[in-house]
Amino acid sequence: MNGRGNRPDNSARTRGPFAPWTDPDALPLVRFEAVSKHFAGVTAVDALTLDIYPGEFFALLGPSGCGKTTLLRMLAGFQTPDAGRVLLDGTDITDVAAHRRPVNMMFQSYALFPHLTVAGNVAFGLKQDGLPKDEIAARMAEMLRLLRLEGLETRKPHQLSGGQRQRVALARALVKHPRVLLLDEPLAALDKKLRGETQFELMRLKERLGLTFVIVTHDQEEAMTVANRIGVMNHGRLIQVATPSEIYEQPNSRWVADFIGDVNLIEGRIVKADAAGTTIASASVGTLRTAAVADARPGDAVAVALRPEKIRIARDMPVGDVNRVEGEVWEIGYLGDFSIYKVRLGDAFVINTAAANVTRLIERPVGIGDRVWLTWAADAGVVLTQ
Amino acid sequence: MRRGLSVFNVTSIALGLAFLYLPILILVIYSFNASRLVTVWGGWSTRWYVSLLGNEAMLEAAWISLRIAFLTACAATVLGTLAALALVRAGRFRGRLLFSGLVYAPLVMPEVITGLALLLLFVAIEIERGFWTVTIAHTTLTMCFVTVIVQARLLGFDRSLEEAAMDLGCPPLRTFITVTLPLIAPAIAAGWVLAFMLSLDDLVVANFVTGPGATTLPIRIYSEVRLGVKPEINAICTIIIGVVAAGIIVASLLTKFAGAKPAPIGGQI
Repeated sequence: MNGRGNRPDNSARTRGPFAPWTDPDALPLVRFEAVSKHFAGVTAVDALTLDIYPGEFFALLGPSGCGKTTLLRMLAGFQTPDAGRVLLDGTDITDVAAHRRPVNMMFQSYALFPHLTVAGNVAFGLKQDGLPKDEIAARMAEMLRLLRLEGLETRKPHQLSGGQRQRVALARALVKHPRVLLLDEPLAALDKKLRGETQFELMRLKERLGLTFVIVTHDQEEAMTVANRIGVMNHGRLIQVATPSEIYEQPNSRWVADFIGDVNLIEGRIVKADAAGTTIASASVGTLRTAAVADARPGDAVAVALRPEKIRIARDMPVGDVNRVEGEVWEIGYLGDFSIYKVRLGDAFVINTAAANVTRLIERPVGIGDRVWLTWAADAGVVLTQ
Repeated sequence: MRRGLSVFNVTSIALGLAFLYLPILILVIYSFNASRLVTVWGGWSTRWYVSLLGNEAMLEAAWISLRIAFLTACAATVLGTLAALALVRAGRFRGRLLFSGLVYAPLVMPEVITGLALLLLFVAIEIERGFWTVTIAHTTLTMCFVTVIVQARLLGFDRSLEEAAMDLGCPPLRTFITVTLPLIAPAIAAGWVLAFMLSLDDLVVANFVTGPGATTLPIRIYSEVRLGVKPEINAICTIIIGVVAAGIIVASLLTKFAGAKPAPIGGQI
């Protein structure tokens, strides 16, 4: 019943990037319309509106307790919003029971039925639909092959490894060809290496099956890797909805900049703003030049968000860069591929910089206590007003 | 961690077991006594077991006890499971604490009081005392034990299993039958066995609420013992011990199986 009609219609378009959210004519597959949910006086989701388009891999990202899981459970049908509507393909499903919704969920605990075998688990959903036996067998076999679970059909969940259990849970949800696959922290129980591999496998599966995935995660790396778009949530609200690179490079607020990745937030005031650029005076770093900001007015209090890897570190005084500041290396974190240098400016302010370790030197040219120069281009920093 | 048993440990275990099982062991040995006098050893024999087969009154009482225990176990299991579901699943309804207190009260209530109260009730509503009043009384007595066992299982139950079933298109009632029941079945079975055993060996409550033609086995044994212990009594008691021991073993195996949780997610095999 859940055919593959939701495959994104790429053929009609010129082969541009996949971005239906920029197309005013595109119809959303899932729409949250001003939904709210309260638990015993605590607001879990606060008048939230969101469109998710067919073929998207959408990530809901936020700290624990931000309401992202509640939002997912409202789409699955386990929770009813106190206000607002949930629409699927333009149909109001707010009051449709979970077992009647053409969406399937992969649970954080996997929720595999311990009394059923792998085959019994995967076929469970198909049996509920009353499909003929041979079709159940065919679809199950296809899904087991796709997820490399062949030969494990007669095992019980407790006889499987963590990674195998994760794939059974995925197969069980995918075998019904859901309109939307919901993933609740699907990789949280896997070790780091397996998690990384599985992230790419999820992306391949989504492309191959032409489905729409919505993932809930608190792991920003995971969200950035798998998703076409990320919705960053806090206190039941969406703070920013954008592509991973936009979220990282153009955060819309101090909170998002701070939540995603490492950042140096330099508070200051706009001194001069024109088409050529913006000049900002800060107590900690001195005068900064950034790219032009649309609605900047002199006197505004702003923060400049500067990612560590956008700052160059050198022992000799550089020439030519727009922004430069001198400091003393205070701490160094060696991560293998990268090194993090914490550089102290004056008495208190510390700037984090990251430098790729492109040589195989055991002794790095910059050591603790060295006087160094930090430089960055005018367009490296983002001016944040919120 | 793997240390052998110290002398102290061996001594305590031996003393403990002796304290618990020496009286029973003596009873079992004397049931095979050839002598007519209970306290005088007359060599090994199974004659009292044979003569038990001819004791119509004793066999009749055993048959009544078994029937009562079976009916009691079934009724207590249904009621006890429903109570456990209500306590665990119904959320915070008004009077939940009171209800759970009321369910557990018979666990600690002196049986004399339970028996007396039930007797007064049966007299008040003018039910003829006999087989059915004992069955009802035993159901009252044993239901709370079933509730305790099933409730423990339900508390450890991962609700996301039921959500997963519904998510895959299974309606709520079918979810209960195909997912919830199979997973709590060991606890329900253990509860059934326990209720059966408790009913089988109850003397106090049955004594209060029984009537003509409904003499249970413990009542029969007790009344015969008052006229002097016959070696036959030792034989029937040995048989009861065997049945109870078998029941306890089954119940604990079931409970152990019920407690076997699925391996933790992400765990290594």
